[in-house]
Amino acid sequence: MIREITVLSGKGGTGKTTVTAALAALAKTTVFSDCDVDAADLHLLLHPEIIEAYPFESGWKVSIDKDVCTSCGMCAEACRFNAIHLHHGSFVVDPYQCEGCRLCERICPVSAITSQRSMNNFWYVSDTRFGPLVHAQMGPGEENSGKLVTTVRKKAKEIAEDLNFSLILNDGPPGIGCPVISSITGVDTVVMITEPSSSGLHDVERLVGLTGKFNLETFAVINKYDLHPEMGRKIEKKLATLGVPLIAKIPFDENMVNSMVWGKTIIEFDPNAESTRILRGIWETITK
Amino acid sequence: MSYKIAIASGKGGTGKTTVAVNLYNVIAKYHEQDVLLVDCDVEEPNDLLFFSGAKRLDGEVVSHRVPELDLDRCTFCRKCSEYCEFNAITVIPPVKFAAVNPDLCHSCGACLYACKDHALVEKRVGIGELTRYDIGLGAGLVEGKMNVGLALQTPVIRYIKDKTRDFNGIALYDAPPGTSCSVVSTVADSDYVILVTEPTPFGLHDLRLAAGIAREMGKPFGVVVNKTGIGNNDLYEYLEQEGIALLAGIPFKKEYAEKYAGGALLSDAYGEYEAFFKTIANNILKSKGL
Repeated sequence: MIREITVLSGKGGTGKTTVTAALAALAKTTVFSDCDVDAADLHLLLHPEIIEAYPFESGWKVSIDKDVCTSCGMCAEACRFNAIHLHHGSFVVDPYQCEGCRLCERICPVSAITSQRSMNNFWYVSDTRFGPLVHAQMGPGEENSGKLVTTVRKKAKEIAEDLNFSLILNDGPPGIGCPVISSITGVDTVVMITEPSSSGLHDVERLVGLTGKFNLETFAVINKYDLHPEMGRKIEKKLATLGVPLIAKIPFDENMVNSMVWGKTIIEFDPNAESTRILRGIWETITK
Repeated sequence: MSYKIAIASGKGGTGKTTVAVNLYNVIAKYHEQDVLLVDCDVEEPNDLLFFSGAKRLDGEVVSHRVPELDLDRCTFCRKCSEYCEFNAITVIPPVKFAAVNPDLCHSCGACLYACKDHALVEKRVGIGELTRYDIGLGAGLVEGKMNVGLALQTPVIRYIKDKTRDFNGIALYDAPPGTSCSVVSTVADSDYVILVTEPTPFGLHDLRLAAGIAREMGKPFGVVVNKTGIGNNDLYEYLEQEGIALLAGIPFKKEYAEKYAGGALLSDAYGEYEAFFKTIANNILKSKGL
């Protein structure tokens, strides 16, 4: 059985990727995947050597042929996303408003509208000093990030099966929306990295609301704990009420940032640091 | 006159919300124009946490239209399922099975055009909330919040932006982190974009992506560097090379981090912090004659 663990945070910037990379440094026979496909950063610490690259089809890019269009306006009227406008006398599609539903293309009486899959996204299989990494880069503003996350995770699973590895570790995206849902569907364990701030507290509650729906084993870690111990205690209380075990409190450590500057994990950068010791404990707990 | 400023970041946790709430505070205090704060981070809206005296004025349910199937009329032709680009409709003709998955529906209406048997009727389904708050100074806060468990950020953002479109003054849109479709919806139709970052490799990497979006969308933008003093100089070199406007640098101080963590408005707590935001406001608004 392959076990799959996803690191999440709700709020951004709590140290999700830094922690995931540190755990990667401790892992054995593990495949890693970066599910934060629109602002992927894990590769900055793992320095992947890309072995395979695959294009990923995302949303439709829709265009209207000016020469065929009779400017009847049916498309603009039917579009619920207000994505079709008259521009210098002809109808054009605003790619930033368009959802890619292709309704306009289907109802155009003169077939002036066509759509093509955008090939602005790539995903990769790479080698790193800790093991294989599957990661991706979405083009800006692309749709379908959930589907790309699913693709990345599927490949990570295949690799784990081929190599007979026992574990997959996913670095998740912030928030609670579609890519997050894709990052936790079918995983065994979620590790939530939060921070002692009013925003951290608020976001923990929303995130647990989501993971609760999926019935997943969930652990919490409070990072930068000493920045506001009082707020930290509030989060501890909140976690206790929510029934989420708090497995570690990591103090604010400037070397976490410094290690990032050197492109290393804290485990490699400062093996004797307090945070390194705590991260080892986290790894033991979640892989037990 | 209306002027819309979107605050985005690429990387999460760089201080988007901090910039949004403090900029609001300073504009409300020192500028003539009315100012409105719109929290578009509908997955994790946090602007409200920084206004302890906020009073809820009113709210409304954000809903969208989802089709329901009338199986008595359905002929299981599968046309609706073929039209649906979001895999929200499953039809299996041999066993006369047809169902709509409301969680996947984008409410585009394509299936209604597909169905010739009048078997689909739309119903309104709640996907989030819009809430208006009086926060003392300024025109207040409009907060969007998506219901937990849904993947429909964009329609909630669109709705709250529609509802605040006609605001006559300066509107600040606090965007979600990242560079995906929900960020694009927030930035669309703004007049200016503030990108917030930190001087670390992650901050720089994600700023490049966010700057890419702003450029592709043809939006003028400037950068606020938060937590200066940590990390390294690569970010500043990038800004100089690219000729990107540096609106302000805000130093990392443990006391700021502590105050922020407790939910305090730093521009009320520290004169020098307020000064950073006066600079940012002046940098952006002066050139527009605001």
